Amino acid sequence: MSSNVNSVAYTIKVALVLCAMCSILISGAAVLLKPMQTANQILDRNRNILIAAGMYDPEVNSDADVQSMFERFNARIVDLDTGSYLTDEQMSELGIDPLTYSEAASRNDPALSAALSSDEDTANIRRRVRYATVYSIENPEGGYETLVLPVSGFGLWGIMYGYLALEGDGNTIRGIGFYDHKETPGLGGEISNPMWQAQWPGKLIFGTTGEVAFQLAKGGGEGVSQVDALAGATLTSRGVENMIVFWLGQRGFGSFLTNEVKG
Amino acid sequence: MSEMSKTILIKPIFKENPIALQVLGVCSALAVTTSVQVALVMAIALTSVTACSNMFISMLRNHMPSSIRMIIQMTIIASLVILVDQLLKAFAYEISKQLSVFTGLIITNCIVMGRAEAFAMKNPPGLSFLDGLGNGAGYGAILIILGAIRELTGSGSILGITVLPTVADGGWYQPNGLMLLAPSAFFLIGFIIWIVRNRDNSQVERSEFTIASHTIEKGAH
Repeated sequence: MSSNVNSVAYTIKVALVLCAMCSILISGAAVLLKPMQTANQILDRNRNILIAAGMYDPEVNSDADVQSMFERFNARIVDLDTGSYLTDEQMSELGIDPLTYSEAASRNDPALSAALSSDEDTANIRRRVRYATVYSIENPEGGYETLVLPVSGFGLWGIMYGYLALEGDGNTIRGIGFYDHKETPGLGGEISNPMWQAQWPGKLIFGTTGEVAFQLAKGGGEGVSQVDALAGATLTSRGVENMIVFWLGQRGFGSFLTNEVKG
Repeated sequence: MSEMSKTILIKPIFKENPIALQVLGVCSALAVTTSVQVALVMAIALTSVTACSNMFISMLRNHMPSSIRMIIQMTIIASLVILVDQLLKAFAYEISKQLSVFTGLIITNCIVMGRAEAFAMKNPPGLSFLDGLGNGAGYGAILIILGAIRELTGSGSILGITVLPTVADGGWYQPNGLMLLAPSAFFLIGFIIWIVRNRDNSQVERSEFTIASHTIEKGAH
């Protein structure tokens, strides 16, 4: 055998057999582990909704609490164009369900999303979903206690997916959480750092004239609508700011906030 | 265990450590050593990849056409790395998020490819497996030392358990933020290499040249 190891036919044979075996191994592992990975992702997403809403403390709470705490939320789907909640009939017509609906998975579906022109696309996300799941906790005496909105925007390496929690006035930030991003660990990746996220609560999204005034400012972020930008991650910081401006503006949750929260 | 296999297993941990002597795999050693837990998982991931890839490559070493030798090694290593990444995402999701790109980058870790070329291509599968284990353990040992020092001085804890209560939590310890940044790992690796080479002079490389003495005063005139 060793005499013809270097022949063309043997080379091709070895390459094919090896590739086939490796493909079977990898695809087998991917298929078998998929259910566990999906469960982990949903748990992580729900945890980030709780972190954004300021209800989850990693030092105190564990995975087991996520489910029970999460049940306090009311998940409903909002039509971003009209700014109102979808009725049950509309949802069954579209075939979507607030518990399984995923913005990230729907962004390439032409029925559920649309391309943005470059003028509109200030968050560099190219396509925007038409429907988004809003998680809310209502006050017993009416109005909202907490609203959690899904947000996404392009950072340095890819789209960052997160949740922004607002207080019942639809203006004061309760917190932020990111569940998926590709930013550089240690630099842009610090958007997941609880110490940085701790600056967000209490800041105001809108300025006195009703426009989005929120900024990531260099050197402190002392203003009522400012958060300190991340050192060494200018593009990520810009991406986060663009993300907030886009999603709280008219193409994002602007009309929803006007209709349902402030109105 | 025979004397030879014991040497193969133990030698890379102390005497021929891949980071301290060969200065390989430093990139990930800077990135994933901010806490012991992450360093530990990275060490286990790299050790299993190195050991298994060494074993498989050694099993195939007599059937590898020389024209595609490197590609075969890369295919095996890459498949194992994807497998490890998938397993981490299924069973240790939080840690896999912290390791982020560095699990995938095990593929490019010089230790894996280096051991495949230098050892597995010439030795039988059993010994190659042990060599992979030993080198992974040597890499892991440095990673855990770095992780322990950096987590203790940077966040005042080890494995997430508070040892030095920090000022932020009402204690007395002011954490050193530099220790959480990549350069601190450089300094620490430097110190480790210094200590190791002081104890074992055979690791010190011979100078590549000697500096000529100054011109003698008399000869200059």
